[in-house]
Amino acid sequence: MSAQPETATATPPPPGDERLVDIGLGKRLLGRPDIGAFLGAVAVFIGFSYFASDVGWATDPGIWASWTDQAAQYGIVAVPVALLMIGGEFDLSAGVMIGSSGLLLGYLATNGNMNIWPAMAIVLLFGLTVGFLNGITVVRTRLPSFIVTLATFFILQGINAALTLKLTGTTAIQDIDSAGGFDSARRFLASEFSRYDFKVKVLWWIGITIVGAWLLAKSRFGNWIYAAGGDAVAARNVGVPVARTKVILFMMTSATAALMGIIEALELRSMQSKEGIGLEFIFIICAVVGGCLLTGGYGSVIGTFFGAAMLGMVQLGIVYAQWDSNWTFTFQGVILFLAVMLNTLIRGRAQRAG
Amino acid sequence: MSETAGTTNGTHLLEVENVSKHFGNVVALKDVSVHVDAGQVTCILGDNGAGKSSFIKIVSGVHRQDGGRMLVDGEEVLFDSPRDARALGIATVYQDLAMCPLMSIWRNFFLGEEPRRWNFPLGPIDQAFAKRTAREQMAQMGIDVRDPEQPVGTLSGGERQAVAIARAIYFGARVLILDEPTSALGVKQAGIVLRYILQAKERGVGVIFITHNPHHAFPVGDHFILLNRGRVIGDYAKGRVTRDELVRQMAGGAELDELTHALETQTPGE
Repeated sequence: MSAQPETATATPPPPGDERLVDIGLGKRLLGRPDIGAFLGAVAVFIGFSYFASDVGWATDPGIWASWTDQAAQYGIVAVPVALLMIGGEFDLSAGVMIGSSGLLLGYLATNGNMNIWPAMAIVLLFGLTVGFLNGITVVRTRLPSFIVTLATFFILQGINAALTLKLTGTTAIQDIDSAGGFDSARRFLASEFSRYDFKVKVLWWIGITIVGAWLLAKSRFGNWIYAAGGDAVAARNVGVPVARTKVILFMMTSATAALMGIIEALELRSMQSKEGIGLEFIFIICAVVGGCLLTGGYGSVIGTFFGAAMLGMVQLGIVYAQWDSNWTFTFQGVILFLAVMLNTLIRGRAQRAG
Repeated sequence: MSETAGTTNGTHLLEVENVSKHFGNVVALKDVSVHVDAGQVTCILGDNGAGKSSFIKIVSGVHRQDGGRMLVDGEEVLFDSPRDARALGIATVYQDLAMCPLMSIWRNFFLGEEPRRWNFPLGPIDQAFAKRTAREQMAQMGIDVRDPEQPVGTLSGGERQAVAIARAIYFGARVLILDEPTSALGVKQAGIVLRYILQAKERGVGVIFITHNPHHAFPVGDHFILLNRGRVIGDYAKGRVTRDELVRQMAGGAELDELTHALETQTPGE
């Protein structure tokens, strides 16, 4: 890759070097973990351009605004979920955390009479704390994170329902917009821009994707994420702080879910106690479609971005094509299956070529 | 961390003195003493369960010994982590090579020691430097890496050893501990790795070569330590022991003689 000329110290390739074959551009492109998600998103887009052509799927910016809204809802939290997965762990509590955080914000803003900005800071701290507890439990007990975060999921789900009912007498917290600072916070996180009403959260989605992709590809921390998921023992032996890396990843995931909860509470001005449940699997689907291996050590944030875009398009495309929206889940399942098959195939082929 | 103890007569680069280790009620090592000097290869020979792995883990800072002490340049040291050991120039190349197969050559080469641009905590990895250096260092081991982005999993066993050894030497290893580097390799690849060991020795590195194969140890070793059931059962300088004697001791020595005798006397009766 580097533009450096062959150094004088380099000896001519000895025998046994014939295993190094120059990989062509096509193969190298196919070797990227994110190519499958990109091609899939393009295919879904083209598909709905046909099936929903009469409403102008491809050309109406208003429709772009609606599916990107949906995709951002998935894609923001999918970024840290993907990083966590590359780091070898799962977080099944990422969906319910959206509800818990939105409810906490609503409670602080209404019953607590707080200004929305400090309330948001408290909610983010809450997110970091839950992530820390998830992470420290996983690295200390060495239990599978699947189990640990499944427990967190159910604990939070119960708390969300029971506490909301006890504190408000209903299943939702209303009138969050009565809090001071609400309008400025909403403008910052949950408003619309341009005359087609694109959501500001789409910009957050893109921004968080760029930060996540940069972290993974360019930073030391990114190298440690790959290593923690690829071979934790090997990584520890060469001095990578594996436990710390994983705990930070859990904290990033829960904090981002908390941010999503804040965005939803600001957008809807109220919060249902069941909000977010079920999204944890959507995040994982985005990551897997994006090329992340369930076993860790491999994956892509850019791919996850296209995975979220694809799922957002499917969700809205089915509506615009006037199909029964019950098919959405089936589509998501088929996409997951095809993506895994395709990624496995591509990776296998690319590695054999090397 | 350390306290001076100039008790040894003539200090060694690394000296392990009467080190013991037990896990629960299992004695892994008992009074094991080993030393290595710069530009020397000390071979530690032992069968499965002889205590080789425990020895490596203590010297590389993964475990703390229960008894005995370690000295580097004649100074007593205590390691809390592999980082401490590496800070003193003790690098270990593990049997599983401490590499992530799906990660690229350059990412593996610099894993845990990533060079940062601007030397700033959040500064990005200097990828151009990392890729160039990985290539140059591999070239010095006689391997031409065309694409440092190639996943390590696509390299052959010998080439992976080369990456691991080159990495350790590049990061200033004065003592290189090699854990069974030839055990998973074919005859030709093993020969190439033995050459890497001699190369490291010529560059002034002290090598501790851990193996169960006396045929691999004999041609490169300056000193031979035989381990069995966590104890030292033989300690020879080069020239004081023959290859056949090493083979005989490794194969169980007296036990083998008995077995051979038993088999020989049985055969005619069949």
